[in-house]
Amino acid sequence: MKIPLSRLAHARSGDKGDTANIAVIAWDAAAFNFLTSQLTAERVATYFASQIAGPVERFEAPNLMALNFILRGALGGGGTVSLRTDAQGKTLAAALMNMEVECELDVPADWP
Amino acid sequence: MIRVANGQGFWGDWVEAPLRLLRGGPIDFLTLDYLAEVTMAVLQKQRMKQPAGGYAHDFPLLIQRLAPELIQRGVAVVANAGGLNPAGCASEVKRLTPNLKVAAVTGDDILSRLDEIQAQGCELANMDTGQPLSEVRDKVLSANVYLGAFPIAEALSTRAQVVVTGRCADAALAMGPVIHRFGWQADDWNRLAAGVTAGHIIECGAQATGGNYGGAWQEIEDLDEIGYPIAEMELSGEFVITKHKGSGGRVTAQGVKEQLLYEVGDPRAYITPDCIADFTSLNLADCGPDRVHITGAHGRSRPEQLKVSINYAAGWKATGTLVYSAPNALEKARTSDRIVRKRLARLGLAFDEIRTEYFGVNACHGENAPPMTEAAEVQLRIGVRGQHRNAVERFTQEMIPLVLSGPPGATGYGDGRPKVREVVANWNALLPRDLVMPRVEVIE
Repeated sequence: MKIPLSRLAHARSGDKGDTANIAVIAWDAAAFNFLTSQLTAERVATYFASQIAGPVERFEAPNLMALNFILRGALGGGGTVSLRTDAQGKTLAAALMNMEVECELDVPADWP
Repeated sequence: MIRVANGQGFWGDWVEAPLRLLRGGPIDFLTLDYLAEVTMAVLQKQRMKQPAGGYAHDFPLLIQRLAPELIQRGVAVVANAGGLNPAGCASEVKRLTPNLKVAAVTGDDILSRLDEIQAQGCELANMDTGQPLSEVRDKVLSANVYLGAFPIAEALSTRAQVVVTGRCADAALAMGPVIHRFGWQADDWNRLAAGVTAGHIIECGAQATGGNYGGAWQEIEDLDEIGYPIAEMELSGEFVITKHKGSGGRVTAQGVKEQLLYEVGDPRAYITPDCIADFTSLNLADCGPDRVHITGAHGRSRPEQLKVSINYAAGWKATGTLVYSAPNALEKARTSDRIVRKRLARLGLAFDEIRTEYFGVNACHGENAPPMTEAAEVQLRIGVRGQHRNAVERFTQEMIPLVLSGPPGATGYGDGRPKVREVVANWNALLPRDLVMPRVEVIE
């Protein structure tokens, strides 16, 4: 079954210069384990390939059931250099949560 | 236990928030975070025009408005509103509110010391690219070291009720009061990490209390009167993140997790001037309505080098817009984009970048934007950036003529020609901490 990542996690994104980060926080341990195995740095880099110039790095925070993605060269120069509407990468989290993944987890109905 | 509240997440945040924090319930310290990366460059340009300026000019007026509450409740304020001129800012606060004791933390501004520092063999190389600062030295507008929390604690120990700083680590604003009140030592890494963690969680204001929440945001109530965050700090280092009863928004472990990782790199090593905090050691638990209990903070020793934030002039830019409606809104916008680009090419103008966005179609999500059949309206948004002001100026004359000479129905040009703006780029470098000398100045 294909579902958007927003059924498994929520996220917030922000900037440091031309680098963006996307924190992805799973709704429970099963979702975190699924994301840890499926949502690799390579997959995120491929998804954003048309928007970012640099590599993607992933960090894990199991205590928060969270993955933190660092996207370099992601904001068209960042700060006041960037010509983008979203020069601070505020909408990258929503874009990632729209990504569809093949997932057989029994996602509770009361999750978003 | 002491309560540290944050009432501003950036310069331009909700001006009612500080007063609501003072009136809505008990707090001991009020922090106000004014400085984003680029703010210092904005302030530097102001200061070039007006040497007495260079700080958040509305901050002294805010303190004047808050003063009766601050005095009545015995709350001290810590704010980085001083920007490039903390002593000048503090003096203006003192002038407007003479019955408050005011102190400034200085020593972060190293602009006038750059040549001396470089002469000592410190290249101030760009942390991302490795280039030495000499490559942009003549374009530098500002250079400030991120100071830690101990100078703030020292300023509070003078019994100052308003402490004004320049550039310091955002989390230091909240940690200064905690160090001051609890007497934490400079090598008490775990408790310092707890203070840094609490400071980081509240530094962006309402992002810890339900604002900008990526989960089920529709369920968060009363955002119009959202409560700003309060850290209830214990001597042991554990703490609770909460907000005033009766205020809007919501404090949950899920929301606090989002803020904990906001604008963070490696969560095992959140580097600050006072310690390196490990966010993967923390335990977060909801412990009541709008209360999140945080324990387990683990810290490592402070870095030997401090981060320097340098801003330099990097050219000019302008962004022009036109709006087209259905039918064929996107096709009309694309046609105009081609016309503008052909005209710019014919003029032989050189730009570092020309970027076109179709606002309403793909401006934010690019190729990941959801597919759409027919947009009701599309805003064509063309931006250019380059080293020559004349070229950017010329571009600003090329959008509006399309109202008469391009595809039909162009509108949304009410602001006239786009404005040319100076581009300020950020350059982060490292500086040995023994070259940095923070000072506390009590304003008489």
